[in-house]
Amino acid sequence: MSLARSVAAFLLLLALQGCSGVQSALDPSGTEAERIDTLTWLLIVFSTTVFLAVGLITAAALRGGGRWRARLANERLVIGGGVVFPIVALTLLLGYGFYLMGPGSPAAARADGQLRIEVVGERWWWRVTYVDETGRRVESANEIRLPVGRPVQVELTSADVIHSFWIPRLAGKLDMIPGRTNRLTLQVAEAGISRGQCAEYCGGPHAFMSFFAIAMPEDQFTAWLDREAGDARNPSGEDQVAGQALFLSSGCVACHRVRGTEAQGTIGPDLTHVGSRHSLAAATLENDPDAFVRWIRDGQHVKPENLMPPYEIFTDGELRQLAAYLDQLR
Amino acid sequence: MELPNPAPRPEGEVRELERIWATPRGWRLLTAVNNTVIGLLYIGVAFLFFLMAGVLAMLMRTQLAVGDNRLIGQDLYNQMFTVHGTTMMFLFAVPAVEALGVMLLPQMLAARDLPFPRLSAFAIWAYVVGGLVFFSTIFYDLAPKGGWFMYPPLTLTEYSPGDNADFWLLGIGFIEISAIAGAIEIVVGTLRTRPPGMSLAKMPIFAWTMLIFASMIMFAFPAVILATMMLEIERAFGWPFFSAARGGDPLLWQHLFWFFGHPEVYIIFLPAAGLVSMIVPTMARTPLVGYHLIVVALIGTGFFSFGLWVHHMFTTGIPAMSLAFFSAASMAVAVPSGIQVFAWIATIAAGRQRFRMTTASLFVLGFLFIFTVGGLTGVMVAMVPFDYQVHDTYFVVAHFHYVLIGGFVFPLFAAYYYWIPLFSRRPLSERLGRWVFWLMFIGFNITFLPMHLTGLKGMPRRVWTYPEDIGWNMLNAISTVGTYVLAAGILIFLIDLIAKFRFGNAEIENPWGAGTLEWLPNDVYSTRSIPHITGREPLWDRPSLPQEVRDGHHYLPNAPTGGRETIVTSPIHAQPQYVIQMPGPGWPPFLAAVFTAACFLLLTVKMVTIAIICGALAIAFVLVWAWGLDPGPSKGTIDIARGIRLPTYMTGPTSHSWWAMVVLMIVAASLYFAYVFSYLFLWLVSPEVWAPTGSPAPPPGLWPVSAAALMLAGSSTIWLISRRLEKLAASPVAMAAALLLSLALLIGALALELSGHLMTGLRPGDNAYGAMVYLGAVLFAQLAFALTILGLFTLARYLTGKLDGARRVTFDNYMLLYHYAVAQSLLGLALVHGFPRLIG
Repeated sequence: MSLARSVAAFLLLLALQGCSGVQSALDPSGTEAERIDTLTWLLIVFSTTVFLAVGLITAAALRGGGRWRARLANERLVIGGGVVFPIVALTLLLGYGFYLMGPGSPAAARADGQLRIEVVGERWWWRVTYVDETGRRVESANEIRLPVGRPVQVELTSADVIHSFWIPRLAGKLDMIPGRTNRLTLQVAEAGISRGQCAEYCGGPHAFMSFFAIAMPEDQFTAWLDREAGDARNPSGEDQVAGQALFLSSGCVACHRVRGTEAQGTIGPDLTHVGSRHSLAAATLENDPDAFVRWIRDGQHVKPENLMPPYEIFTDGELRQLAAYLDQLR
Repeated sequence: MELPNPAPRPEGEVRELERIWATPRGWRLLTAVNNTVIGLLYIGVAFLFFLMAGVLAMLMRTQLAVGDNRLIGQDLYNQMFTVHGTTMMFLFAVPAVEALGVMLLPQMLAARDLPFPRLSAFAIWAYVVGGLVFFSTIFYDLAPKGGWFMYPPLTLTEYSPGDNADFWLLGIGFIEISAIAGAIEIVVGTLRTRPPGMSLAKMPIFAWTMLIFASMIMFAFPAVILATMMLEIERAFGWPFFSAARGGDPLLWQHLFWFFGHPEVYIIFLPAAGLVSMIVPTMARTPLVGYHLIVVALIGTGFFSFGLWVHHMFTTGIPAMSLAFFSAASMAVAVPSGIQVFAWIATIAAGRQRFRMTTASLFVLGFLFIFTVGGLTGVMVAMVPFDYQVHDTYFVVAHFHYVLIGGFVFPLFAAYYYWIPLFSRRPLSERLGRWVFWLMFIGFNITFLPMHLTGLKGMPRRVWTYPEDIGWNMLNAISTVGTYVLAAGILIFLIDLIAKFRFGNAEIENPWGAGTLEWLPNDVYSTRSIPHITGREPLWDRPSLPQEVRDGHHYLPNAPTGGRETIVTSPIHAQPQYVIQMPGPGWPPFLAAVFTAACFLLLTVKMVTIAIICGALAIAFVLVWAWGLDPGPSKGTIDIARGIRLPTYMTGPTSHSWWAMVVLMIVAASLYFAYVFSYLFLWLVSPEVWAPTGSPAPPPGLWPVSAAALMLAGSSTIWLISRRLEKLAASPVAMAAALLLSLALLIGALALELSGHLMTGLRPGDNAYGAMVYLGAVLFAQLAFALTILGLFTLARYLTGKLDGARRVTFDNYMLLYHYAVAQSLLGLALVHGFPRLIG
C-alpha cells in the first residue's frame, strides 16, 4: 500500500529533518508555543491512530474473510464509527482545547508585565515602539527584543492593509487589522534568536516581510533598551562623516529618522540604531555594509515593489560612505 | 406491477421523438439546449479550467522548488496564485458540479430534460465566455493579485490600482449568475421532474446531494454577491464599506466572504460524496448501507456548514466565546462526514462478492484515504490554539488540498470512468486507468503530505520565494517532484480521453450492472418512456425494466404535444401532475449570454456606452426568449398512460414557473439578509453613535411612511388585478392602467426614499452609515428595475393577446416578485429609518 509507505516516509522525514529551525513551530521557545507544541503532538498521534484504524477497517471490508465482512456490513458500523466515536473523541479533544485556550491565550491576553511593545504592520516592514514602565517610548523597527522570563504585551495594529504577526517559536499568530487593536502576550523561556514573518498576504513583497525576535536575559535587555532609547552615535572617521552628509542631503531624511540629527522623517523605518539590528529590510538582507550598498542601489531588485524609491544617483564611493555611516549607527 | 402502457405502441413514435429532440448540426450546435449536449460543453470547459489552473500550480511549484529562486517574478507569482485559487474554486469546481448535475440528473430521474433548458444554456455560455476572458488576463499582466479571497483593504483602489481586481469581480460575477441559474434548475428539476413513484425516500443519493447543493447555493452565494457588489462599489465610487478610517470594517468582508466560502467547500464536496454513493453500491453489487443515515448526514452537513465560517478567522482577534462556539461547530461537522465514510465501508463489506476493482473503484478508494486524512487535519485546525500556529501556512495548504483534491477531484475522475459509457461510444481504457490512478495518487501524496511539515516548520502561504537557509528546501523540493508525477497521471488521462471519446452511447448498455435509471436505454430524448419507480435500484428490482422502457410500456412513450415535454410530478411522493412543454434549440440564450458577458467585460475596462448597449441587447434577447414561453392551455390534456390524463399547462403554486420564482425570491431574500447583517455589523463596530456624529438625522417620519403607503397601494393594486384578471382582461384600458399604476407606485416609493436621504444632505461616500443607507436604496432599485422590465413585458403580452385569465404565468411571476419587492423594501424602511431612531 503506497499510502502506508508515504506515511512511513513522512515519519522518517520528520526524524531525519528534525524539528529545529529558527522559524519552526516544532522548536518552541516561548510558553505559548510550548503549550501548542504539546497539543500538536497529541493531535498528530490522534490523527495517525484514527487514520490507521480506518485503513484497517477498509482493508478488512475489501479483503477480509466472510465473517469479518459480515460483521462490518451493517448500520452498527456507521453509527459506531460515524457518530459515537467522533462525538466522544472530539468532545475530549475540544475540552482539552478549551483548557489550553483559557489563561494566557493570545486573544484574551491582558498582561501584568509593565513592558509593552506596539507593533504596527506597514507595507512591508514593522514599526516597533517599546513603552516601558515609566511610559518612556522607544522607537525602533523590524526587530523585536524581549526579556527572558517575563510576559510582554504586544499591541498589534496596521497602518494600511491586513498583516499578521507571527513568531512560530514563541506563539501563534495574530492579525494586524486596520481600525482594530489586537493584543498578544509573549513569554520567552530562554535567550536566543527566533524568526518571525508576516502570515497574512499583504500584496507585493509579502514574502519579504519578516523580522528577528531576540530574547535576552533581563539585565542585558534593560541595558539594551537604555541604549536603544538614546540618540544616534556621532560618526567618526572620514567615510562615516561623508556618509552622514550624504544621508542628510540626499532626501533620505524625508522618510527616515535618525534621532539626534535633523533626519526626522517618519514614513519609513527609524534608523537611529539600524547598525545594531540583526537584519536589513525586514529580514530580507543580512546586516553589513555591503547589504546597505545593495539595498540603496538595488532595493527594487532585492525586494521588488518595496516603497523606498531606488537611489541610482550615488557613485560606488558614495554608497560605501553611506553604508559606513549607517553601519556605525549601533 | 401492471405496466402503465401495456398495449404495443404504434409505429413511428420513436422517429417522432428523435426528430423533436434532434441535436442541431453544424454551427447551429451553438443553439443546442439539450442537457447531454450543453452538459458536455459545461464539463469540458470546466475540465479545461482545471488543466489550465493546474499548469499554473506546476509553474508555482517549480518556482518554489529551491529557496531564493527568481525564476518567476514576484508580481506574476502573486497573479498566479490568485488565478489558480479563483479558477479552481469558481471556474472548475462549482461549474463541474453543476455540469454533472445537468448531465446526469435528467438521466437519473428519467426525465427528458431539466425543466428550464434555455436557462441552463444561458448560464453555461455566460460562464464559458466570462471564464475564458477572466483566465486570459494572466497573459496580459492584468490578472488580479489579491488572493482568491480578495481581502480589503488590500483590494481597494488605494492599494490595488488598475483593473486587475475588477477582473476578479467580473469573473466572480459570471459564476454568481450561472450558479444561481443552475440552482434554480436543479431545485426544480430534482423536486418536480422525478419519475412517477420515485418519492423523496427513493431518490438516488446523487440527486439528494444536488438538491442540497442547490439549496446551499441559494443561501451561500448571495453573501458573496453582496460582498462583491460592495467591493466594486467601494472601488468605483468610494462608498466606505471596508475602510476603517470612515467607519467601515475590513472584517465585514471576511464575514461575508467566509459565510459563502465555507459552505462553498461543502457545495463542492457533497455532490462528490453523492457520486461516490452511486459508484460504491454498483461496484459492491449491493444496495447502499445506511441510505437514510446518509441523507440525514447530508442535510446535517448542509446546515452545519453555515455555522463554521468563523474558523477561517480564528486569528483575527475575535472574542474567545465565538472561538469556542465555532471550534465546536467545526468539529461537529466531522460526524456527518464520518457517517458517510463508514457507510461506504459497510457497503463495500456488504457485497456478497468482493468489491469490484475497476478504475472508478480505485479512485473511490483513493478518495476515501485522502479525504480521511483531510478530515483529520480538519479536526486539527478546528482546535483554536493549533490553528494559531498553522493558519495561513503550508499545513493549511496541505489540509485543503487533501479535502478538495481528495474530496472532489478523485471522485470526479471516478465519475469520468464510471459514467463515460453514457456519453462516449468507446469507454476509457481500464489498463491506462490503472496508470492514471497510481500516478495521481502517489504524485498527490508526494506533493501534499510533506507540506504538513513545511507548514509546521513555519512556512507561510502565498510567498513567492523563501530564504535558502531556513530549513524548508528539502520539503519543497519533494513537493515539487510530486506535482510532476501527479501531472503525468492527468496527462495520460487526457491522451486516453482524446483517443477514445466519440460522442454517442456505448454499445454495451449498463456495463457495470448498476441499478439506477441513468443506465436505462438512452437516446437524445433520454428514455423512450418514463418508468414507474417502486424502489431505489429499479434496474435491480425489475430486470425487465430496460426492455419495457424501450418498448414504450411506461409513461409518456411519445410526444403528444408535438414538441419537447416531460412529466412534472409532486415534490414529495412524485405523483404525476402535468406535462411541461419545454423550448427547443434557439439563438436567444446564446446571444443573451454573449452580450451579458460583453456588457460586464466592457464595464470592467470602463467602456461604459458600448457596455450599456450590450446590456440592453442582452435583456432584449432574454425577452425574445421569454416571449416564446408560457404557451397557454391550447394543447388541452393528454394521455401519458392508460387511464392517466394530464393537463399540458399549469398555473399557480403547482407550476414549475411558480417554483422557480420562489427559488429566485429566496435568493433575493438571502441577499437582503446579508445586507441587514452588514448594516448591523457596521453599527456594532462603530465606536460612536449611530448615525455617526456629523451625519444628518434620517429624514422626517413622513418620508418613509409615504413610501410605505405607496408600496402598499402598489401591492393592493397587484392583488386586485390578480383577483379580477378574468374580468380585467376584457378591458384593455383598465388592465393597462392598473399595471402601469403598480409600476408608478413602486418607482414613486423608490424616488421618495432616495430624495428623502438626498434632502438631508447625507451622501454615500461620507461614512459607512451613509454607504449602507444608500446601498439599501440600490437593492430596492435593483428590484424596481427588474420589475419595470417584467411589468412592461406583462403588459406587452396582454396587449398581444398572450395573457388572459387562464394563461397567466407571466402575470403571476410579476405578481410574486412585486409582493416580494414590497416586503423587502418595507423591511428596509424599518431598518434604515427605524433603527437609528430606536437606538438613538
